[in-house]
Amino acid sequence: MTYIAKPKLHHPQLATNTLGYTRRDYEGTVSTLCAGCGHDSISAAIIQACFDLDLPPHRIAKLSGIGCSSKTPTYFLGASHGFNTVHGRMPSVLTGANLANRDLIYLGVSGDGDSASIGLGQFAHAIRRGVNMVYVVANNGVYGLTKGQFSATADRDSASKTGAINKDSAIDMVSLALQLGATYVARSFSGDKEQLVPLLRGALSHEGAAFIDCLSPCVAFNNHAGSTKGFDFIREHNAAVNQLDVMEPRAPITASYPPGALETIEQHDGSVLRLRKLEQDYDAGDRLSAMTYLQERAAQGEIVTGLLYLDQKARDLHENLGTIATPLNSLGDAELCPGREALERLNASLR
Amino acid sequence: MQPTDVTKPEYFHKVVDCQWACPAHTPVPEYIRMIAAERYGDAYMINWVSNVFPGILGRTCDRPCEPACRRGRVEEEPVAICRLKRVAADLKEDIRDRLPKPASRSNGKRIALVGAGPSSLTVARDLAPLGYECVIFDGFAQGGGMIRTQIPKFRLPEEVLDEEVGYVLGLGIETRFGTWIESMKDLLAQDFDAVLVGSGAPRGRDLQIPGREEAAAHIHIGIDWLNSVSFGHIDKIGRRVIVLGGGNTAMDCCRSARRLGGESVTVVVRSGFKEMKASPWEKEDAANEGIPILNFLVPKEFVHDSGRLTGVLFEKVEAQYDEKGRRQLVASGEPDVLIEADDVLVAVGQENAFPWIERDAGIAFDRWDMPKVDPVTYQSSNPRVFFAGDAAFGPKNIITAVAQGHDAAISIDLFCRGEDVTQRPGPLVNLTSQKMGIHEWSYDNNVSNDLRFKVPHAKPEIALNSIKVEVELGFDARLGFREAQRCLNCDIETVFTPQLCIECDACTDICPTDCITFTRNGDEDDLRGRLSAPSLNHEQDIYVSAPLKTERVLVKDEDVCLHCGLCAERCPTGAWDMQKFFLKTAQAGAACR
Repeated sequence: MTYIAKPKLHHPQLATNTLGYTRRDYEGTVSTLCAGCGHDSISAAIIQACFDLDLPPHRIAKLSGIGCSSKTPTYFLGASHGFNTVHGRMPSVLTGANLANRDLIYLGVSGDGDSASIGLGQFAHAIRRGVNMVYVVANNGVYGLTKGQFSATADRDSASKTGAINKDSAIDMVSLALQLGATYVARSFSGDKEQLVPLLRGALSHEGAAFIDCLSPCVAFNNHAGSTKGFDFIREHNAAVNQLDVMEPRAPITASYPPGALETIEQHDGSVLRLRKLEQDYDAGDRLSAMTYLQERAAQGEIVTGLLYLDQKARDLHENLGTIATPLNSLGDAELCPGREALERLNASLR
Repeated sequence: MQPTDVTKPEYFHKVVDCQWACPAHTPVPEYIRMIAAERYGDAYMINWVSNVFPGILGRTCDRPCEPACRRGRVEEEPVAICRLKRVAADLKEDIRDRLPKPASRSNGKRIALVGAGPSSLTVARDLAPLGYECVIFDGFAQGGGMIRTQIPKFRLPEEVLDEEVGYVLGLGIETRFGTWIESMKDLLAQDFDAVLVGSGAPRGRDLQIPGREEAAAHIHIGIDWLNSVSFGHIDKIGRRVIVLGGGNTAMDCCRSARRLGGESVTVVVRSGFKEMKASPWEKEDAANEGIPILNFLVPKEFVHDSGRLTGVLFEKVEAQYDEKGRRQLVASGEPDVLIEADDVLVAVGQENAFPWIERDAGIAFDRWDMPKVDPVTYQSSNPRVFFAGDAAFGPKNIITAVAQGHDAAISIDLFCRGEDVTQRPGPLVNLTSQKMGIHEWSYDNNVSNDLRFKVPHAKPEIALNSIKVEVELGFDARLGFREAQRCLNCDIETVFTPQLCIECDACTDICPTDCITFTRNGDEDDLRGRLSAPSLNHEQDIYVSAPLKTERVLVKDEDVCLHCGLCAERCPTGAWDMQKFFLKTAQAGAACR
């Protein structure tokens, strides 16, 4: 917890994007999370990704539930819409908001407690409906706000800070998302922004349900020997399958990863994803083999990261429902209440 | 790059831009914090120890610290350091009981000091408390040297000058004022163990163009004229005045002339307005008093009517640059300009003059007829004779004279003890954590967003009426506090302990000026090219840590760090700490042996 506001003074050559905003304009208030919290790095990555994509802050809606992770929307995109829901209910509120106004960019931020325990059902249905959103789970395997109990994503046989061993199986959010039909699935690590920022950019430009499981060490309760969600463990076991560059029309973005085979994928909105393969045999377009691969590597104790699955032909909720292109919240009475005759015609057609 | 060695005092000292730029290395942020805490006496004493004349310098310093101030690199203007120094001097309580006492007994060594200007007074102040018998000679009746003779009273009230000269002379120093030294040989023949020449650069440069002899009665050498004004020998000037020259002396001349009856005062400079040597704020003050500054005009002739000056004829020139970028002033071909005037003040530079040093007195002179002086020890080729201030290396400024005085005093002390003057004592350096609690520091790390405050000025109708009314009123306590809060506390250093770092990125994420980068190591140019934010200023060092767990290094570009301490506040392991760097340069005395 820091008591002072982040100084307004900034680097004299701080870059501006095409909207004339600096990266600092995408910040929120100063974080009240513990010093060193991985979630703050995710916030910084979201700020960077939104700045890079020239997103107008007032066209973004950030929604969250309850928990450390769900506090973070206060710390980024201070000029965007925000909604802090009941515990685990973010996916429903997001789905409703998306139905009412399909024009906003929806960013759901949740944690392993909020999404894998109390909100697991909510998570499942938002994903399976293909709500056009970016769903980020800041995953630290621990209930930080209640002082360090295992969460549902804690690995079996990992140890808590007090030395207790977790006997329960872990829920793998990535496998769930793949199984439930998410069309953009990635896993990353808060301590690797070179990987995380492009994944967020790709997710923000994806038109469909995009899910990112972001490992985010809890420095207060889950960053010790015996933890499988601490900085050292993740760095030692991180097996990145690819490195994503999101090619914007204005400037190529290059990462400092070693060169590998390049795959270029065009998304619905015209943005081009350039995928640099780090694992030659991994095919991010094949959902079944991705699921198998994840299980195999997890059995070997590895944490697979990168863009794990991308469906180029993604469909979203509005497409499935056949709603009109105009956001429902901007329709007038005439469109919303077409009158008795129209109702009778509709009823007749169903008899 | 090799890991940065922060145990060398130079590394952190350079980060404190103001202190590094100050010739006397005054611990600026330390006294500014004291001003903010209303500890004016303490702030004054920090200054007094370093620069001897806080009240004087707080009004007249050339302020090399301000262009160096980091605040000027992250917003529009630097902290008003100079005027804050004045706040300390103006608002302090009585500090006389905190000054050193005159030595209780002599150490048997006698030092002659020629000239009672800033360098001599500094040497006397440093040596007298150690038991040296100091004898100061000056041709004028009072001490102060050029501070008294050349700086007009409307910039520096006499009381302030008397007070601070008095503090030095009160240390049991023998004064022989009204005594010109006519012969170095005679002086050396007396029983002095060492001689310090602090006689300044007392000769104003003349301008020999047609009409100079004939109209001599109305043409005055700037510093001589200021001197006469200072001592009350001159109290009026013609209605129309031209000041030739673009340095600070010219600014003092024109503003003095404005107060002595010069209704229409014009400054004329040979080259461009921008190239003028005068400090920007002095040009601004002159402009505010309705004094135009005309540029690219070269004086050609003093026009007179049988000895009565009527004006000055100028040739119009323009700047041309040759292929090597050297500037030349060439005639523009436009018609000459006649500016009418009743009096002309010539302020085109000043130079050293040592007619009283016999060339066979054992002191070698160079081909510019300047004494050969060692730039570190200030010793001349006669080991008993030392030079400091303008006398040593030509005209500079008060703060440089003070700094040289401290160094010369060290040399004299070493010399008189029979020690090697080239073995210079190092500075006193301290580095202390400022952590008071989890997110509490012993300094106010909340960076102020205020822009630089203007110093209130006396109303022109009052200020221009008298040569003695001080124009600048100085900051009051409230404005002084707010201006002090603009200081970024650059002496509170970010100290990094690589072994504690877990590479969580918290510091990189929070840093408001993007100073911090975790990356793979490389050579300096390579690293500077890969930082989070462009590296703009290669004069500022980058800090490179020892390799971290991931084999990356932490690189911090010191250039625009705000010293807000957020890196340390957001660091979960205490790998970052905010530590106060205090550096006091060595001064003569037992502590430095």
